[in-house]
Amino acid sequence: MGNSEAIAAAFDGGPAYVPYLVVGDPDYDSSKAYVEALDRGGADVIELGLPFSEPIAEGSTIQEALVRSLDAEMTPDRFFAFAEEVDVDAALVCMTYYNLIYQYGDSEARSASEASGEAASTGPRPFVERAAAAGIEGLVVPDLPGEEADPLREACDEFGLDLVFIVAPTTRGDRLDELMGRVSGYVYVQARLGTTGARDDVSNQTTESLDRLREYDVPKAVGFGISTGEHAERIVAGGADGIIVGSALVDVVADGVENDRSTADVADRLEALSRELKEGAERGYRSRAETVESA
Amino acid sequence: MSETESSTSEVGELSRRPGRERGRDDGKFGRYGGQYVPEALMPAIEELADAYERYVLNNEDGFMDEFRERIADFGGRPTPLQRADRLSERYDTEVYLKREDLLHGGAHKLNNALGQVLLAKYMGKERIIAETGAGQHGTATAMAAAHLDMPCTIYMGERDINRQRPNVFRMKLNGSEVKPVTTGRGTLKEAISETMRDWAETVEDTHYVIGSIVGPHPFPVMVRDFQAIISEEAREQVIERTGGLPTDVVACAGGGSNTMGTFADFVDDESVALHAVEAGGSTLEVDEETGVAPNSASLYTGDEGVLHGARTKLLQDSDGQIMESHSISSGLDYAGVGPELAYLVDEGRVDPVAVDDDAALEGFHRLSNTEGIIPALETAHAFGYLEEHHEELGERVVVNVSGRGDKDLDAAIEETDQRDVANAPDMSMFTGGM
Repeated sequence: MGNSEAIAAAFDGGPAYVPYLVVGDPDYDSSKAYVEALDRGGADVIELGLPFSEPIAEGSTIQEALVRSLDAEMTPDRFFAFAEEVDVDAALVCMTYYNLIYQYGDSEARSASEASGEAASTGPRPFVERAAAAGIEGLVVPDLPGEEADPLREACDEFGLDLVFIVAPTTRGDRLDELMGRVSGYVYVQARLGTTGARDDVSNQTTESLDRLREYDVPKAVGFGISTGEHAERIVAGGADGIIVGSALVDVVADGVENDRSTADVADRLEALSRELKEGAERGYRSRAETVESA
Repeated sequence: MSETESSTSEVGELSRRPGRERGRDDGKFGRYGGQYVPEALMPAIEELADAYERYVLNNEDGFMDEFRERIADFGGRPTPLQRADRLSERYDTEVYLKREDLLHGGAHKLNNALGQVLLAKYMGKERIIAETGAGQHGTATAMAAAHLDMPCTIYMGERDINRQRPNVFRMKLNGSEVKPVTTGRGTLKEAISETMRDWAETVEDTHYVIGSIVGPHPFPVMVRDFQAIISEEAREQVIERTGGLPTDVVACAGGGSNTMGTFADFVDDESVALHAVEAGGSTLEVDEETGVAPNSASLYTGDEGVLHGARTKLLQDSDGQIMESHSISSGLDYAGVGPELAYLVDEGRVDPVAVDDDAALEGFHRLSNTEGIIPALETAHAFGYLEEHHEELGERVVVNVSGRGDKDLDAAIEETDQRDVANAPDMSMFTGGM
């Protein structure tokens, strides 16, 4: 059900903890320390955000992080260099918007086409090829629904990357079947409607979504709104194979920026929160196993 | 045949004109168009595509009859096609003006806003959201929402709120909530992103009235179909008036709803040249240092990319980051353009041209002091083009006066004062000392 062995391994035999941070937030070197802290805190897969100027699926926390990263001159090429340099055991997934994927390598194609007088051969292949070379194992593209994803899916299959799709609380019936037919690696279960952002509680839309997905044989990672170990525990106990945490971690980075904390201090905080989330997920997994045994 | 059947077939015939078939099935215009949105919105977009087919294309429950009745009685359609005598003399050609500035609210925007709010009502939605740049679309949506008794929230960039205070007041007068958007540069592009975020959260009971022929399918075809009433009337009026088709049709182009609405029924008339006039801003060159395009000419200078739900021509840097655009007119200040226009430009059917801020301002004063019509700054670009390129045009030109300029008077005073505009009034009594 997937291309990447590293991602398959991350979901094998226990709950996967999948943290997200924006690469280059607030600057290249600090974010490297932060991503490595997530890894020490128990990350199984790390979603690395590559910033886009118009992030329509993100709430204010991540949007501001994307702006900080763009202000620090993050580009796709620097992002790939980062993926090559960062020292982590977790599998790396790139989360970005389709225009960056589509545009990558396109300027060269366009100059070539202008020289030859033929239409530019644009498409996602150059980006995926470069991502694979940088050690990226999968892609999440929030503004790319299944209907438009075939060219990217083909490129991902060619270079051995997983293409992770988001299933929303509104996704039902035939759409769900079609989407699940295209997923590889894991499915990103959106816990509630809306944009990304930490919440005080997790939605009962999560339980409904997990119930709808039960029959599909692909790891289910739940994201949107998870911010504590207790959330993680409840979501995994409810049937999730993994948890995705973004805004709560980005908040820690933002707090570091606002309060002028040292990189080491922020990294420690990220590692501690990661450990709490990972342990929560593991508690949820154990309680689920006990429930199954006692039944 | 009953009256209902008769009117249904007439409406059906109009909406089935060949020029309006493009993109209807799958939302694709050659390589452009599509549906690039978060998964959470896809079911709503499918629901909308279904409603568009049932109500707009097939006139189910008499939707289009009601739309046509309301746009006539509440909106004031048909708008006149007026011969512009002094411009005709000046350019030694017949110049006709399609007077969308006389539509209720003062701009073409009501055609689409009324159509979509009515459609939302037929779909059983309970709330309307919209974004606005210059405020014309927000105003039209607020009016339509008040007229049809729907609660409405409008997102508007903070910078645009400051530029367009009368329109903000109009929206509030009509009972809409206006939410300022402070991200980015606080203009239309940021307002669209923010509205999409609201929609992602409220999609089950809310309809997003997109203000132009942009966004995911079915918005580009649906907005075109509501706006195509402009070209439908203009084509009939010009034939009735002159016995023939125009040689040229000119419309300003931002997102492209006025442009496509003006062109739609002329696209199949191959003898008619179609000129889309974009905002050339201060220059067509990109400021590499700041990554800012000091213009909004995405048809003229943009590259293919994906923004706000569709693949189209965009102002973007080599990485694919969307550039800040600029125009003297906030209504044209957008980094993208409708996918159908991008396609028609590639096909060679539409001629994309750009007029800079100075020429637009000259056009603003020209129409005001020769014809007694104060145009919106958006519209003024079309008249700037006419002044600069009339010698290249044929003997009968239709120009769409997309909106009136009352909303732009503060901006016009400020911008005129900063320039040496030959045909402007003496500005001394309006600035300094007053």
